Amino acid sequence: MFSRVRSLKAQEARLAYLLLTPTLLVVGLIIVFPVIWNVVLSLQPIRLSDLPRISLLNFSDLTLRNYYTAITARGGRFWDVLWVTVVYATASTVLALLMGLWAAMTVREAFPGRNVVRGFMLFPYIAPVVSIAFIWKLMLDKTIGIVPLLLEKVGFPAISFLTLRSYPVEIFGFKIGIPVALMTVIFFEAWHYFPFTFLFFLARLQAIPQELYEAAAVDGASPLQRFWYITLPQLYTVAGTLFLLRFIWTFNKFEDVFLLNGGAAGTTVLAIEIYNWLFARRNVGVASALAVIMALILTGLALLYLREFARRSSEV
Amino acid sequence: MIWSSREILERRLWWFFRVFSVLFFLLITAFPFYWMFNLSVRPYSDVLLNPSRLFPSLEHLHMAFGPIPCLWNPVPQCAKWAKNSSYLGVLVDYHFLTYIRNSLVVSSMTVLLTLLFAVPGAYAVTRMEFRFRDVMSWGILLIYMFPAIVIGIPLFVFFVRLQVLLGIPLRGNLYTVTFIYLASTLPVALYMLRSYFPSIPKDLEEAALIDGCSRLEVIWRITLPLALPAIASVALYTFMIAWNEFLFALLFLVEHQPAWTLPLGLQQLDSQEVPRTFLMAGSMLITVPVIVLFFFFERFLVQGLTAGAVKG
Repeated sequence: MFSRVRSLKAQEARLAYLLLTPTLLVVGLIIVFPVIWNVVLSLQPIRLSDLPRISLLNFSDLTLRNYYTAITARGGRFWDVLWVTVVYATASTVLALLMGLWAAMTVREAFPGRNVVRGFMLFPYIAPVVSIAFIWKLMLDKTIGIVPLLLEKVGFPAISFLTLRSYPVEIFGFKIGIPVALMTVIFFEAWHYFPFTFLFFLARLQAIPQELYEAAAVDGASPLQRFWYITLPQLYTVAGTLFLLRFIWTFNKFEDVFLLNGGAAGTTVLAIEIYNWLFARRNVGVASALAVIMALILTGLALLYLREFARRSSEV
Repeated sequence: MIWSSREILERRLWWFFRVFSVLFFLLITAFPFYWMFNLSVRPYSDVLLNPSRLFPSLEHLHMAFGPIPCLWNPVPQCAKWAKNSSYLGVLVDYHFLTYIRNSLVVSSMTVLLTLLFAVPGAYAVTRMEFRFRDVMSWGILLIYMFPAIVIGIPLFVFFVRLQVLLGIPLRGNLYTVTFIYLASTLPVALYMLRSYFPSIPKDLEEAALIDGCSRLEVIWRITLPLALPAIASVALYTFMIAWNEFLFALLFLVEHQPAWTLPLGLQQLDSQEVPRTFLMAGSMLITVPVIVLFFFFERFLVQGLTAGAVKG
């Protein structure tokens, strides 16, 4: 009897492996293998033009030189890029969360046309990134853009949002420069991804039991107090999860900035820097080294995410 | 219940704020897409002359869409009309017809391959007992979060070498790029199915097993039909991801223009020599199918989004 049960189990396991094999092969070939090979490439001095000729399987002279170059080259530009990336990822994630919460509160209660509004709210997220980037690029264009034209009518100076590194202003006698281009890509990113946080916030909002609000109202809590003491605490968990997830994905985002302004005017994020090392400076080794650094940062964040939130993922 | 004056005041303020919010969100989400349409139908000369014109005239619409029959019935005047119709311009002069075909081919093949590899794998991980099950399940989560650019470089290097080794063009090749698109669709599909399969009652499968079906028969006759809505939604999302994919197209197709997909073809239009209205007509061509698809399947797709349908 026992051996029969065991053999059934063994049979099931065998079928499971059989079903998994094609999936594992493909995932191994196009995801796991590239990630590992990336580490090897980062230890070899390879230029783009050498690629077709040199032997990639020659592991005799592995060196950490690429990492040294990646971090110290061009006057330590790496640290600027890292800083810009952190600012970009943090600010646009926080903004996307706030906008998502605002949007979710807006359509939480029924009103005529709510479904239409909710549908529109998802547009920025589902539309192809290439077209939304170009739409905003043209709307922000200095000569034909509708946004600068309208701003000019109400007395703002004509500036070119996507290519102006810094706009000097004076506040209390201090001269500071507003990083216009960086702020513009941050706002674009928040606009692009607020629907994502909106959907999760809305789902969570609709799961809050109505009795909580009724009880609080009986106790004399005003609407604002009910929002502050009931709604917000119910959203902390989902907000934490969303923050980490969005931060991870924004941190390595390439397309958005690349399409808007190519990383000009102080908006070069890490992913763009990697692309530039590969194709503008044609240095495969350094590009790979940067990619490894990025992968390490992300693996750290991803493990944090898995440990903190994924176990509770049923509620998200 | 008697409301306090504070309750009434706050309710009223919230009402005003909500009306303002609805208008604000409508403006920031709908207007950019309307603006794309507006710029795409007007001749570039008109856009340069009146950049803030809100509505195209009837004549503009006629100029933009009137010459569309040129696509199947080219008369000699077509070349002249194409100058004022940005749609005809991008479709014919800038080869968008080819790009649409390429995008359709690549996206459909990606859907097929993704389902082929994701469904059995996700089923095994969620429904069957074997030793490495937990590792696989965490692995799906991990690859779901992994960035495309990190995978892109080694794959690029690999294909350059393989091309030299085999002597056949692998870059600029729609089949190669389909295979590479799996790197962005497969994790999403696995992740979605991994959260869907557990919701199919196990009892049904067990009953069929007791009745003498083999495990494969159970999967084919019971689980798959029940999972059909989820599989359809995975298929739709996979199609959308492949249709929108830009980075891999840029890395692997840019050298061979006849193989460009819509996103790549559109990005290559972004230069000062091409009228900006053409850029917007191209954007319309790539965006409208996605939005139509979305409206058709909205209910269905919104659920998918919260089940992790899209990464990035």
